[in-house]
Amino acid sequence: MEVNIPISLKAEPIFHIGSFAITNTLLLTWGVLLLFIVIGLLLRKKWHLIPGKLQMVFEFITEEVLNLMESVMGERSKAERYFPLVATIFLFILFSNWMGLFPFLGSIGIYEHHGGESVFVPFFRSPASDLNFTLALAIVSVVMTNILAVGSLGFFGHMKKFFNFSNPIHFFVGILEFVSEFAKVISFSFRLFGNVFAGEVLLLIVGVLAPYLIPMPFIFLEIFVGFIQSFIFSMLTVVFIATATASHDDSHEHKAEAIGQMA
Amino acid sequence: MELEGIRLLATAFTITIGIIAPAIAIGKIGTNASEAIGRNPEAAPKVQTAMILAIAFAEALGIYALVIALIIKFT
Repeated sequence: MEVNIPISLKAEPIFHIGSFAITNTLLLTWGVLLLFIVIGLLLRKKWHLIPGKLQMVFEFITEEVLNLMESVMGERSKAERYFPLVATIFLFILFSNWMGLFPFLGSIGIYEHHGGESVFVPFFRSPASDLNFTLALAIVSVVMTNILAVGSLGFFGHMKKFFNFSNPIHFFVGILEFVSEFAKVISFSFRLFGNVFAGEVLLLIVGVLAPYLIPMPFIFLEIFVGFIQSFIFSMLTVVFIATATASHDDSHEHKAEAIGQMA
Repeated sequence: MELEGIRLLATAFTITIGIIAPAIAIGKIGTNASEAIGRNPEAAPKVQTAMILAIAFAEALGIYALVIALIIKFT
């Protein structure tokens, strides 16, 4: 069965502005941003004391995320302080994943000719299936965790975790902690990228093999995976912020209590 | 053997062998979580959240193997 299945690890550029390539994942990221702006403006215009339906949905999301963050961090004030970053990451990844599943978006495209063979390039592609997107979000998450820790503990308080010269063992643990910050970046980005890219490939192959009715459970799976991956990304960010900003004196009981109370 | 054959074999073996350990790990996590919930149904939400986090870490390792397999196949 010779079918030209358009799977490409890199996001395909659609057009160029100067020397900057606009890829199909970037187009859909702009679409998600547009959706956010529209919903934000709508919510601001129709803000009542007794909430309408759209406002009720977002109030529910806000309340649930705040409660979850509070159970990890221990205090409501900390949860409210770090809420914008976590909620933005959660909603951004959630809507990118779900918009990537939209019907018809994967099939509108053009045939490009590369050295003799014609390849189909879709105009829109799930944003998280591009390693640039996930890597950017992972770097934002880890860098912000460290910046928030510096803001909460002071620069030397935070650096003492990594460069601790009191003891050879503590020194090595500090070096390991430092390396594990970079491991977190790799882990975050590849987890999201792998899940979404594999889901795309799966939907493509299933669509080629059995286009009628069979893709339905796979699309449900992708909806579920999209939600779980955004939840995992934001939850891990919350946990890392909680452990990074915990002050060292009560850190041991506090950390254990906070992680034990995760509900 | 020519390059295309080796590439296909490498892809298959990477994902097959790489997924064994995460699969076992997720099974163990699920088992222990179910047991904990069975013993103490009141603590079910806390156990569930911890279980989902641990499963995400384990699944990420399987995803690393998948990404390497995809890189081998498509570049």
